[in-house]
Amino acid sequence: MALSRLSLRSTTFLKPSSLRRHVSTDTTPITIETAAPFTSHQCDPPSRSVETSSAEILSFFRDMARMRRMEIAADSLYKSKLIRGFCHLYDGQEALAVGMEAAITKKDAIITSYRDHCTFLGRGGELVDAFSELMGRMRGCSNGKGGSMHFYKKDACFYGGHGIVGAQIPLGCGLAFAQKYSKEENVSFVLYGDGAANQGQLFEALNIAALWDLPAILVCENNHYGMGTATWRSAKSPAYFKRGDYVPGLKVDGMDVLAVKQACKFAKEHALKNGPIILEMDTYRYHGHSMSDPGSTYRTRDEVSGVRQVRDPIERVRKLLLSHDIATEKELKDMEKEVRKEVDDAVAQAKESPVPEASELFTNMYVKDCGVESFGADRKELKVTLA
Amino acid sequence: MASLLSRFCRKLALPGSAHGSRMTSTTACGSETVKSLNLYSAINQALHIALETDPRSYVFGEDVGFGGVFRCTTGLAERFGKNRVFNTPLCEQGIVGFGIGLAAMGNRAVVEIQVADYIYPAFDQIVNEAAKFRYRSGNQFNCGGLTIRAPYGAVGHGGHYHSQSPEAFFCHVPGIKVVIPRSPREAKGLLLSSIRDPNPVVFFEPKWLYRQAVEEVPEHDYMIPLSQAEIIREGSDITLVGWGAQLTVMEQACLDAEKEGISCELIDLKTLLPWDKETVEASVKKTGRLLISHEAPITGGFGAEISATILERCFLKLEAPVSRVCGLDTPFPLVFEPFYMPTKNKASSSSSLSSPSKTHIF
Repeated sequence: MALSRLSLRSTTFLKPSSLRRHVSTDTTPITIETAAPFTSHQCDPPSRSVETSSAEILSFFRDMARMRRMEIAADSLYKSKLIRGFCHLYDGQEALAVGMEAAITKKDAIITSYRDHCTFLGRGGELVDAFSELMGRMRGCSNGKGGSMHFYKKDACFYGGHGIVGAQIPLGCGLAFAQKYSKEENVSFVLYGDGAANQGQLFEALNIAALWDLPAILVCENNHYGMGTATWRSAKSPAYFKRGDYVPGLKVDGMDVLAVKQACKFAKEHALKNGPIILEMDTYRYHGHSMSDPGSTYRTRDEVSGVRQVRDPIERVRKLLLSHDIATEKELKDMEKEVRKEVDDAVAQAKESPVPEASELFTNMYVKDCGVESFGADRKELKVTLA
Repeated sequence: MASLLSRFCRKLALPGSAHGSRMTSTTACGSETVKSLNLYSAINQALHIALETDPRSYVFGEDVGFGGVFRCTTGLAERFGKNRVFNTPLCEQGIVGFGIGLAAMGNRAVVEIQVADYIYPAFDQIVNEAAKFRYRSGNQFNCGGLTIRAPYGAVGHGGHYHSQSPEAFFCHVPGIKVVIPRSPREAKGLLLSSIRDPNPVVFFEPKWLYRQAVEEVPEHDYMIPLSQAEIIREGSDITLVGWGAQLTVMEQACLDAEKEGISCELIDLKTLLPWDKETVEASVKKTGRLLISHEAPITGGFGAEISATILERCFLKLEAPVSRVCGLDTPFPLVFEPFYMPTKNKASSSSSLSSPSKTHIF
């Protein structure tokens, strides 16, 4: 291992292919320090040294690039009116979705609010299912009935996708409650934003989770703006990781995928032993709140481009990969090209999917064959048994 | 469908009295200055006047400071200051509760719930606190100064959580009033009445009409009385009752029916709780038929209350069962919105409107 590293350093970019390691599959553990330390509340923070591997970091890059590409594609689909309704984009926050997945299994549950496209992808969702759902087609992950805000994936324990902010928090603690009963050592990650952090139901859920030692990890995705309101204007204490008071908390640099991984790993261990913990992920979204928000009336363009230059999660991983000689610039660019093609193909495929049948309006209201009847105008025009 | 096109594509200039209908408000005009305004501007004017005329009135809610997501509160913070017009954090329960407290101290709290679909965390405060404060304190206290404004209704792409019509839930609560305007001129007058009414009022604004509806609105301070329904189109064959944005759809159905020789009487209820039973009763006694239309799902919708009451009062005068042309019994859908909505075609083909000359025996 050491010898091959030396040989790599001695040649710069023109490596004969026979000498290069197959970097994408190298799982030899390497340790990398996070850029910033963790700040903790009522607990000891985890170490800054994160165990990872070249293969893992490369996969981070690919996954984040895929998420970024998907969101940009969704942006243009929305502008060309193929996606209607609401569309809340996650670009800038990819490190959160990717880092979290690296620390947990598909048996751990994740629940979030409406900015859920990338979380869905992280849980193993297919690009074509995501785009189909966005465009309201049958192939979509929610059969085209949910739209952008309501992505779900049962086999990966992804409980969605919620429009009413804060409502998913007690729900998520309920998931943790069920997990505790099952004794399978799984946890629930309950994501919410800095705006939702002011909802009363968060505190209700925290109290119960702490009282009953539930394996719930509450993750505040602090992207500093609740729609257009900055955190300092809506919160007396914007230190969201401390808001749990008796519940321990950790503040994490949410743009550093390795820090996110470390924090989630730490939180999972903590939650299984000691009950709930709050993770505050300091992150940022480049787009506005939704596609109808330019995102520039409440923050300066300099601020947005500043974050993009200094803290962009994908760029940080790129620098890491280059500085550790895990990949070359060309390899990374090729990877991005592949991802771009993947996304374009998925969009094309999604466009082929048909819209749901009109009869789908009445399905899945109650359990199948429940027999409840529904009428249209005048109880005559339409009579349907709700499926 | 023509109805869909007119709903979503054209700016809706409401027809004047020349067409035999009075979709535009009939507030006495006289020689006062009027200005062509859309719904959100009319509401904005009402709020300006309310804050101007009562120094102890306040406007607050999520994002109202910069003008609000629907522009209804534009200019208020700049004119009246951040002590009277301010943003709250994201907590509907807190917003309404806070408003009840302010009102209980004799102030006028004009609270905004950003979208009616978000009103449910505040439901307990409205039902258990606001509605019962005067009653349970034996009139020692009241929160009459509270007005809750919320945009409601379909908008074409709102989906599950930006399109709901929750008025029926609130009509079931004695102690509050529920008011829904149909047009800019109505909205300004009704909002000022609601704010000044000594009872807590929930004021639903049809969000589809915020930009689409344009009308001549008088610039002065005027109020339109609550609990008074208005006959906006006179007729003799059938009575149609509705409120808010649905009236424009019903208007289209009336015009279509007219071509078949059916004379329709269209009533804007304006206030749903307490509602003007007398006007509707007198109309149904004249026509013998009733059709109610609302966007909210049919089962348990407010149409059921109107139907039951009219049945009690006009049983012997009814020539046909009361028709309800409403939203379907499903959550407000995303892609299926056109199927869900009670369009003018559904109204036109309902039994009451399509063949009033035949006697129905059910």
